[in-house]
Amino acid sequence: MVGAKTEGQQATVAPAIELRGISKAFGPVQANKDISISVQPGTIHGIIGENGAGKSTLMSILYGFYKADEGQIFIHGKETQIPDSQAAIRAGIGMVFQHFKLVENFSVLENVILGVEDGAMLRPSLAKARKSLKALADEYELHVDPEALIENLGVGSQQRVEILKALYREADILILDEPTGVLTPAEADHLFRILNGLRDQGKTIILITHKLREIMEITNTVSVMRRGEMTATVKTKDTNPEELAELMVGRKVLLRVDKVPAQPGEKVLDIKDLHMVDDHGVERLKGINLNVRAGEILGIAGVSGNGQSELMEVLGGYASATGEIRVNGDPIDLTGKYSDGRSRRERGIAHVPEDRQEHGLIMNFPAWQNVAFGYHHSEEYQKNALLMDNKKMVEIAQDKMDRFDVRPPLPGLAAKNFSGGNQQKIVVAREIERNPDLLLVGQPTRGVDIGAIEFIHKQIIGLRDQGKAVLLVSVELEEILSLSDRIAVMFDGHIMGEHLPDQTDERELGLLMAGVTGEGDR
Amino acid sequence: MDKMPKWADIALIPFLNLLIAFVLSGLVIFAIGENPFKALMTMIDGAFGSTYGWGYTLYYTTNFIFTGLAVSIAFKAAMFNIGGEGQAMIGGLGVGIACLFIPAVLMPHWTIALVFAMIAGAIFGAGWALIPAYLQAKRGSHVVITTIMFNFIATALMGYLLIGPLKLKSAQESASASFPDVTNLPTLHEVLAPLGISFSKSAPANVSLFIALAMCVVVYLLMNRSRLGYEIRAFGESPTASVYAGISPTKIIIIAMMLSGAISGLMAINATMGQHERLILNAVEGAGFIGIAVALMGRNHPFGVLLAALLFGFLYQGGSELSLWSKIPRELIVVIQGLVILFTGALDNMVRMPVERMFIAAAKRKDA
Repeated sequence: MVGAKTEGQQATVAPAIELRGISKAFGPVQANKDISISVQPGTIHGIIGENGAGKSTLMSILYGFYKADEGQIFIHGKETQIPDSQAAIRAGIGMVFQHFKLVENFSVLENVILGVEDGAMLRPSLAKARKSLKALADEYELHVDPEALIENLGVGSQQRVEILKALYREADILILDEPTGVLTPAEADHLFRILNGLRDQGKTIILITHKLREIMEITNTVSVMRRGEMTATVKTKDTNPEELAELMVGRKVLLRVDKVPAQPGEKVLDIKDLHMVDDHGVERLKGINLNVRAGEILGIAGVSGNGQSELMEVLGGYASATGEIRVNGDPIDLTGKYSDGRSRRERGIAHVPEDRQEHGLIMNFPAWQNVAFGYHHSEEYQKNALLMDNKKMVEIAQDKMDRFDVRPPLPGLAAKNFSGGNQQKIVVAREIERNPDLLLVGQPTRGVDIGAIEFIHKQIIGLRDQGKAVLLVSVELEEILSLSDRIAVMFDGHIMGEHLPDQTDERELGLLMAGVTGEGDR
Repeated sequence: MDKMPKWADIALIPFLNLLIAFVLSGLVIFAIGENPFKALMTMIDGAFGSTYGWGYTLYYTTNFIFTGLAVSIAFKAAMFNIGGEGQAMIGGLGVGIACLFIPAVLMPHWTIALVFAMIAGAIFGAGWALIPAYLQAKRGSHVVITTIMFNFIATALMGYLLIGPLKLKSAQESASASFPDVTNLPTLHEVLAPLGISFSKSAPANVSLFIALAMCVVVYLLMNRSRLGYEIRAFGESPTASVYAGISPTKIIIIAMMLSGAISGLMAINATMGQHERLILNAVEGAGFIGIAVALMGRNHPFGVLLAALLFGFLYQGGSELSLWSKIPRELIVVIQGLVILFTGALDNMVRMPVERMFIAAAKRKDA
């Protein structure tokens, strides 16, 4: 299936992985329904689907985290039981998770041998690993300093360590879960070169992603999942992004955002020489100067970890800083009593936080209590001086959930039981409906399905069209380019430059994101 | 359905936990050559067979309601307050000081004395929780460690006061003078007599029981209906999200711990003011620790706490009757109580998970 050269042997070569009729249910939710898939050795197989489509569940079954209710797994033609991850490793399966599983203050070598040490003494294992790491590095372009501490490595290098870990355990089937989420375009390209090298050496790779571009660029075959089912498996060269998007969502999708030109007004947000030092004494913001006007969306692009999160935290009122921030002309408190989230809300700043599960929602609270969250001091939620008006809170939540099409529209359901997109809709409904002067939006569509992305983008643009200021932080360049009226790029706590979306492209922004300047930016 | 029905969670699981604990206890009793069924009957009869038994059971229950509620409030803020014992002791000190030193003219009636005593007990209990709370909020010293240490400090402090400044000079034992008569709380005998119900004269249960019941309602309203309760629960579920929402962690830690300490301290109106009527060493009798089990078993819900407190009241009273009327040693009672705590608290998931699976499987079969 790979190409002409293997066409003849196809019948004799057993697939590297074959799944037959895999089903898995969590209570009433059928996460995987009768999934069959066959991956030829020496190919890159993409699995694409919306959040909650069941990709991660399927891979977790393959890696022994979950046990399938039904179905069989064949590895190289042999039926294999995978009760735990040890069995998966023995079967030659390696997994690179979206969130790396590395010990931060261990060296690369120590991380690589963790769990597969040869004996009680570390020295021989380390020596052996050092040798084999060097061989792997030469073979696959996987260069990492074996003695470096993980915490001192960039994300790209950390990911290479994860791949090395799998290869050191002699994996010949490699599963990568959303591997480019944290990478710059250049780092992603590097990763793809490595993956291509691995494929040429006969490794089999399964790439889980929601980015159509990556699928088109690197895979041989692609399987599309929707609502727990495998809806199609096609050769990549026979398909196109529009068709895949339609297969994923089950209807035609607008990949571009429609909007009228911005009509910027007065400066709503004005940041001057903002500095911020985190708990570890590291300076995260190194003199930020920015402004956002009424009726415009300022997008901040950048690889995650370059100060965008910290900027949002300072603006949202949960990190202190030095410098000056004015909202509607008046300075806001950056360190004192009035620098908390409640004071910010009172100044007309609403905030859709980057991490909705960590910050935006209380996962165990029902939706109605989450809809009041952060605004629970407001008049409408109080019954009298002592008690809150629970009934009114439920009514308000029901109304917002209906209008923002939150599914299922049940205010009593705990936040954790909604899908990522619907959780985000709850947060967006709560923040936008407060009619803020300034909306802070961090990663609005992270882990959100395509259908909900459209809806959330429309809401953000709607707010802009009402003459409100929007500050958008996203690591998805595509999102920045399609939503923003102006784009600023952040790198290492600095603003690297500002561009207009129609006068720039992914390549130029990508260079700025990597800290490269001097291409005629003003 | 992704989980089991609510009734199974709040009724079936605790019941099964208890059943296992009792079966095991029965086996232990059988192993030492006694009849477990007779033992159970002795316990039930001892705790509920007479108004005398009821009087003691309800007295212990009252103690456990206070300490159980106290632990549950701290739990809701994701803090494990092990210091209920010390807070109740110091609360007792507050109650004692109020009863001994507030001049008689200010306390013409026991109701007024009770108000003074409650205020003093709550303030002292809250104050004793304040220091660990402050250290947790500002210095990051873990509240479990500091509250345990504060239990020892409380014991030592009470020991010092009761052989020193507060000791009744004429007496042999380490205890204060008796409280003035006006501060003596009506027992259930006195409360129920006008209603034509005769209740044992010598049982210690007193009006504090009604304060405890009212506390259940107050705590329920506080936690589920008030803004402060909302903030405490939000902080307990997710400190990071709370900071995003503008809820101050320092404030919540300190307030929740002080509330917890205050309610622990209120226990003293039952033990110190209602029963002993003077300050003695160890008036708390381990109720602070039982409160942890009560809160766990009661799922940190005020009405769950009430039921669990009644159960432990039964175990306490039934247990002491058992050691009185059978050859079963006193130590074995502690074993039975330990087994109940073990199965209702620590090993809860052992029963919960199979039952949950059973319900899900049953629901699936119905769907199919």
